[in-house]
Amino acid sequence: MNQVTAKAQRANGSAVARFTENLRAVPRHLQETIFRTGRPASDRTRSTFVFGNVFLHLHPVRAHRWSLRWSTTFGLGIAAVSCFFVLVITGVLLMFYYKPYPDVAYLSIKDIHFVVPTGRFIRNIHRWSGNMMVVIVLLHMGRVFYTASYRAPREFNWLIGMGLLVVTLGLSFTGYLLPWDQLAYWAITIGANIAQSPREVTDALGITQWFDIGGLQKLILLGSEDVGEEALIRYYLFHVMVLPLILVTLMAVHFWRIRKDGGLAKPADADCRLGLSPRDLYPVFTQAPQKTYSLAAIVKGRTPAVGDGPEQTLPSMPHLMIGEAAVFMLTIALSVILAIFLDAPLKEVANPAVPENPAKAPWYFLGLQELVSHSAFMGGVGIPMIVLVGLGLIPYLDRETEGSGSWFGGAGGKRLVAQAAACGLTAVIALEAFVIRFGWIRQWWPQTPQLVITFINPGTLLTLAYAAYSVHSLKKYNSTRAGALALFTCFVCGFVVLTVIGTHFRGPNWDFYWSPSQWPGH
Amino acid sequence: MTTAPKSTQTSGSRLDPEAMPRRDFLGLAAWWSAAAALLFGFFGAMRLPKAAVLPSPAKKFKVTLPPSLPSAQPYLPIGRSVAIVKEGNSVHAISRICTHLGCIVKPTETGFDCPCHGSKFAKDGSVIKGPAPKALPWLEMKHLGGDHFIVDEGKNVPSGTTVTV
Repeated sequence: MNQVTAKAQRANGSAVARFTENLRAVPRHLQETIFRTGRPASDRTRSTFVFGNVFLHLHPVRAHRWSLRWSTTFGLGIAAVSCFFVLVITGVLLMFYYKPYPDVAYLSIKDIHFVVPTGRFIRNIHRWSGNMMVVIVLLHMGRVFYTASYRAPREFNWLIGMGLLVVTLGLSFTGYLLPWDQLAYWAITIGANIAQSPREVTDALGITQWFDIGGLQKLILLGSEDVGEEALIRYYLFHVMVLPLILVTLMAVHFWRIRKDGGLAKPADADCRLGLSPRDLYPVFTQAPQKTYSLAAIVKGRTPAVGDGPEQTLPSMPHLMIGEAAVFMLTIALSVILAIFLDAPLKEVANPAVPENPAKAPWYFLGLQELVSHSAFMGGVGIPMIVLVGLGLIPYLDRETEGSGSWFGGAGGKRLVAQAAACGLTAVIALEAFVIRFGWIRQWWPQTPQLVITFINPGTLLTLAYAAYSVHSLKKYNSTRAGALALFTCFVCGFVVLTVIGTHFRGPNWDFYWSPSQWPGH
Repeated sequence: MTTAPKSTQTSGSRLDPEAMPRRDFLGLAAWWSAAAALLFGFFGAMRLPKAAVLPSPAKKFKVTLPPSLPSAQPYLPIGRSVAIVKEGNSVHAISRICTHLGCIVKPTETGFDCPCHGSKFAKDGSVIKGPAPKALPWLEMKHLGGDHFIVDEGKNVPSGTTVTV
């Protein structure tokens, strides 16, 4: 035993004493080693609390007051992520019992619904969170558009966001088949045939023999000619593995780029519009100078820099974290409340011989289904592609800078959006009313060639009308932003009206009914 | 040390693009070949999900028409999306899979109606109304004697082709 250890031993008592002392200190040391920088009580520890934590370090250490305002984002991005967390957890729970094989799948969902403890509740939450995620992602897209937050340097993140929208819809759609009930079976049959619908054009051109992209798409989706065991296992694989992986990857890129692009978009005069932070706001930049001298002679009270962090920022811990936690809790609360009162539907087991009448896709595809009822290719493939390309091009065509970061870019923008909404709604409602009342080309001249039906139908006319209106606004206001505002608003109007018609006003044989209560029994 | 003028540099215009150094060329070639190999490998791997043998049940099936079947009324064999019509002594089979998006059409007074998007077909399968791009195909049929037939859902025949009993 050398001298040093002997000395230390004498100082600290026996090894047993040290052992008990260490044992008593375990909780304190455990806490210190987990949260290495201590309680977030000062500016320094509030910062290290965020960037020293692997789960929190995607956040900025300080957030701008503009970004923290409720009306800047309404927390929609965080709400979408919250839905995704809830979906992952409830989805994994459902996987304990779900068996992806035809008929057995249906029985396992029945088990989950009636036998498994809390099974029905968890399935309901999964179902409602899935629906909420679609709504929230769409609203989030609307928020980013109407605050012009897609502009430089955030153009590419808008595209990533569109990828996230598509993957979210894909997740929802693949999940739709898994219960293997009538609703699921026929929605997926229709979906798979929409994937096959480029044949409508290749057939009309007589080139299907050599170039059958539609058939290939259906074959990859279903692994067979009809919806069966192969299709079910593929949809299951996409739903629980492939699409979630893509979603998580895109989400990581999306968040990373928000940070790298300088946080949320804000107007150039944000600091000015915010004014001073309220006096009772705590904590602010606690180590900021409490006095400034330059203007002391003429300004009474506080000068703008006092008590504010650099560039009007506040520590993310606690300001941002509390906001995020609140949105997270609200989202969960909403899905739980919906799950308590409204059961996820489950029809009778899938029957390939008798289609559900009407066979409706999930609600967010019913606008497309309305278009599809005129032409499978244009409604299911052509117009969605045009819309996606149009939306994707928006940040590259509108390269103005005025009005970024504030809602509608000001009062003029609000009027423009109201006008566009009026025109967009009128166009879609008038066109649909005409079609419902008088029918379309096929009923008037049954011999019309298919290519004419494919390319001249209510969907394409509506798309053309919206494009024309957008170009008109572009010229009238001499602004690319005006064109973008008109186009996006028209798109929203078309989507909403067609979805409502498809959901509420279409009954058996896709006929028009004022309310589902008028549907004939069958 | 010599300061002789470099004759090679004066020959071209200074606006001409510089020739790519050999090393850069080799480096780029390496990158492009790596990319091409990965792309090729990706398509090779994607060959797996494209099924070569389809698990769907046999398309050919045997059917016996009930002797009491009224003339011109479609007979719907259970489990098959086919309508078989006997008119006098000629018999034909029509597919009941809607050419629009694959729903199963229902026989009606006028022909066949699709429940999904409102397509209507005449008795001979031609489109009367709605989004269906093509007529319902007629299917190949063989007479086995008596009321027995073989129908092949996988083989289309021109409409109007019937089997004489």
